[in-house]
Amino acid sequence: MDRKRWKRMARWAPAAVVAMLALSGCGFLQGRQSVLDPAGPVAQGQLGLIESSFWIMIEIFIVVAAVLVVALIRFRARPGQTDLPPQVHGDNRLEFLWTIVPALLLALLAVGTVKQSFADTGSPLVPHSMVVQVTGHQFWWAFTYPSLGVVTANELHVPVGQKIELALTSADVLHSFWVPRLAGKTDLVPGKINYIWFQADKPGLYYGQCAEFCGTGHADMRLIVDAQTPAKFSQWVATMSHPDSTPTTALAKAGEKLFGTIGCSTCHTVGGTTFAGAVGPNLTDLTGRLMIAANTYPNTPKNLYNWVHDAPAMKPGVLMPSFSYLKPPQVKALVAFLESLK
Amino acid sequence: MAATTERIPHVIPRSDAYHENKLLSWLSVVDHKRIAQLYLMAGLLFFLTGGIEAFIMRLQLAHPNGHVVSAVLFNQLFTMHGTTMIFLAIMPMLIGFVNAVLPLQIGARDVAYPRLNALSFWLFLAGGLLLNSSWFLGGAPNAGWFNYVPISNPPYSPGLGVDFYDIGLQIAGIGTLMTGINFLVTLVNLRAPGMRLMRLPMFAWTVLVTMVLILFAFPPLTVTLFLQTFERLFGAQFFSVAAGGNPLLWSNMFWIFGHPEVYILILPAFGIISEVVPVFSRKPLFGYTSMVLATLAIGFLSFMVWVHHMFTLGYGPFVNSIFALTSMMIAIPTGVKVFNWLATMWGGQIRFTTSMLWAIGFLFCFVLGGMSGVMLAIAPADLQYNNSYFVVAHFHYVLIGGTLFALFAGIYYWFPKMTGRMLSERLGKWNFWLTLIGFNITFFPMHFLGLMGMPRRIYTYAPGNGFTFWNEVSTFGVFILAAGILFFLVNLVTSLQRGEKAANDPWDARSLEWSISSPAPPYNFAKIPLVRGADPFWLEKMHGNGHMLPAPGQEHHHGPPNTVHMPRPTMIPLIIAVALLILGYGFIYHALVVEIVGFMVLAVGLHRSMFTPDPGEYVPIEEEPAEEVGADG
Repeated sequence: MDRKRWKRMARWAPAAVVAMLALSGCGFLQGRQSVLDPAGPVAQGQLGLIESSFWIMIEIFIVVAAVLVVALIRFRARPGQTDLPPQVHGDNRLEFLWTIVPALLLALLAVGTVKQSFADTGSPLVPHSMVVQVTGHQFWWAFTYPSLGVVTANELHVPVGQKIELALTSADVLHSFWVPRLAGKTDLVPGKINYIWFQADKPGLYYGQCAEFCGTGHADMRLIVDAQTPAKFSQWVATMSHPDSTPTTALAKAGEKLFGTIGCSTCHTVGGTTFAGAVGPNLTDLTGRLMIAANTYPNTPKNLYNWVHDAPAMKPGVLMPSFSYLKPPQVKALVAFLESLK
Repeated sequence: MAATTERIPHVIPRSDAYHENKLLSWLSVVDHKRIAQLYLMAGLLFFLTGGIEAFIMRLQLAHPNGHVVSAVLFNQLFTMHGTTMIFLAIMPMLIGFVNAVLPLQIGARDVAYPRLNALSFWLFLAGGLLLNSSWFLGGAPNAGWFNYVPISNPPYSPGLGVDFYDIGLQIAGIGTLMTGINFLVTLVNLRAPGMRLMRLPMFAWTVLVTMVLILFAFPPLTVTLFLQTFERLFGAQFFSVAAGGNPLLWSNMFWIFGHPEVYILILPAFGIISEVVPVFSRKPLFGYTSMVLATLAIGFLSFMVWVHHMFTLGYGPFVNSIFALTSMMIAIPTGVKVFNWLATMWGGQIRFTTSMLWAIGFLFCFVLGGMSGVMLAIAPADLQYNNSYFVVAHFHYVLIGGTLFALFAGIYYWFPKMTGRMLSERLGKWNFWLTLIGFNITFFPMHFLGLMGMPRRIYTYAPGNGFTFWNEVSTFGVFILAAGILFFLVNLVTSLQRGEKAANDPWDARSLEWSISSPAPPYNFAKIPLVRGADPFWLEKMHGNGHMLPAPGQEHHHGPPNTVHMPRPTMIPLIIAVALLILGYGFIYHALVVEIVGFMVLAVGLHRSMFTPDPGEYVPIEEEPAEEVGADG
């Protein structure tokens, strides 16, 4: 290839780099949990900062890399050089320049940083918001809606287009609430309440997971935010407020009895019954949930059976003990009861 | 040493047993150059251990729902990988270089406290062995390298793993603190005549600031490790919410140590690069004064930024903004350094030795790590990055692309002075290119994974999240990276045995260590050199006769002719370290008898250390072989 052609191609190189980055931004880096695909104002604002800082950094990197490459080529030692290169010790003006220019660029970033910091924080209360209390447990999430009198676990139902304020705390160790498409993470600290807010613009499922190491089951402490239209959300609230947990079949009735006798109820609450344990997840709307085991397995009868039979085998570190001593019909009865919770 | 000579009898028998028996000579070592070799070898062994741990983790994460290791084992692996690499591999290897080079660079015959120096090493080794023995004694610690409470406290970590962490790091940490004091005193008191502060080689400057950081950063670690030891062993309640304690006390104390620690790991690396780049560009370091000021600024700011590790802990926008701004400010002096290195190369005659290649690789990768560092400093954006693979990518770019690459630049550069042999340049280039390529393939995709929402410290991930492809790429890169490291090991072993004999000044270098023979004799300088300017050896080569002039009025020699008075080998430091090792196990296992034995050995060691004067010994001066001046390699 001749020199001219190289030059022409070199002119297109920056555009090619940008195109590649843009492509990778659209394709390779997407996913249901991606920061780069925000679905609400908080995540959108944070992505704005990520992007603007990224471009500033890329520019600086290109300058540094270009100077380095040019220096390496132009000033490489050549055979036969006997004289010393000029022994330059410094240059005050240059040194001043590369102190001041980065400082100015950083000042630019600093403004956005401070602005967004204050905008993201929900404390004490964001006006017109709905408050949800979030409590982290090893290894699941408890959600309480104080204004609605509703309690649920692992799947957070919210209406779209409304500001949701979360009051985060922990029952045991540190956890971190992270649903990347809606907002950056905030830790759940025992003895402390942290406030954040977010808003989902469109209905849909938004995935996230615990982002502060919390023990053996940390990787399996996942969560889903189910953003619903206001009408659907009201319907869900109505269901939750009048739970229907009266078993209809004989098998389910046997399961309900077992639930009380073998110890399930010491940990789990089921709305509309006398079962009011407060250690494990609330099971009131279990049939309405998409997943079990803090969103690790789909909510199918088979998975539910295996889970009741031997939870630790499915999710390392889970605090629910194994009930493998139960006979298959007993487990089936329990599953039938759980399948009747609406 | 010179000052105490007058009170010492004329004839002191040499401690022959310690010199003739090879094993004993290592166990009783006080020579900074041999201690350096111990640090580097032990650090390398721990580095390989940590590398194997990382390798297993990458195998586990290559596919979603992987089954290579269990969740429990994975959590131990990442905890030990981080702890090992930071405390037992990178830091000791840096301290190894400091030991090997610093006294030579300032024209000293040893460090200020040679016995203490040996104690520092043995304590590091004792702490490291104790910590790693947990693998065989019921399981390694599993609460992450920063060991946050409450997860590391008894109800949530009931095993002994965290006790091994607390006590192992405590023992190693005491050693590091002593290193800090030792080299500070050495730098202040043992500089050769004429070696004014503003003539110190840049490596020595970075060591000076690093040792100040150690002095102020390690005590918070010591204290917080003690708090947890008391909590775990004796039921204290410093961190328990129920008892009025605060778990965030640990987070803050740890990062008040932990952030300066990051700069303890990178400043000496900056120093190495500042030595290598000028020599292989055949130019003096550009902007010496601004480099010194930048080093001081980084050291100062490193204590002002610790909350940026905890932007998600909910300290509010005000606190987060302040720490975001101070964190960004660190980029300014760091940028000054990068631009000064570039300006040093500009207009030079760049020789692409393996050492220089590593320095160039350092510049590329460290700048990338610095850029992602600035992005992380932006507090609201950090809420997305924090604890994700983006952070994992960032600190591996800084610690591997930065510190480890600089360590490689340093080993290829100083190996001749340390061993008297050259490392193979051919194997070195394989070592460099494979490591560089493997490193980038392994760690660059982690930026993507973080942005795609992958948190760190997860033993597995769901197939539906789209993490699979980049995880596969990353694991593929590890194999190339490992091959690169393997080439280094081969190079090390073969060059130690049959490497080309090194000239005294193989690189046509600038600082004092190249004015003496390779390897350096036990006493370093037969005559303390006179420093007549910055880059003293270069100065003599350009404007003098190519040899350092002896400093006048330095020798009050009362010993036999042609000898140098040097510290005497001793087993006392080893005894003290062994005592602390025994005590450590005693406390972990609540074994009173073991504790008593440990205390008794410690008492003997301390007593001997305090009440046995060191008469030193006279080391004969070797004949210096006549050599061509300024022989260029």
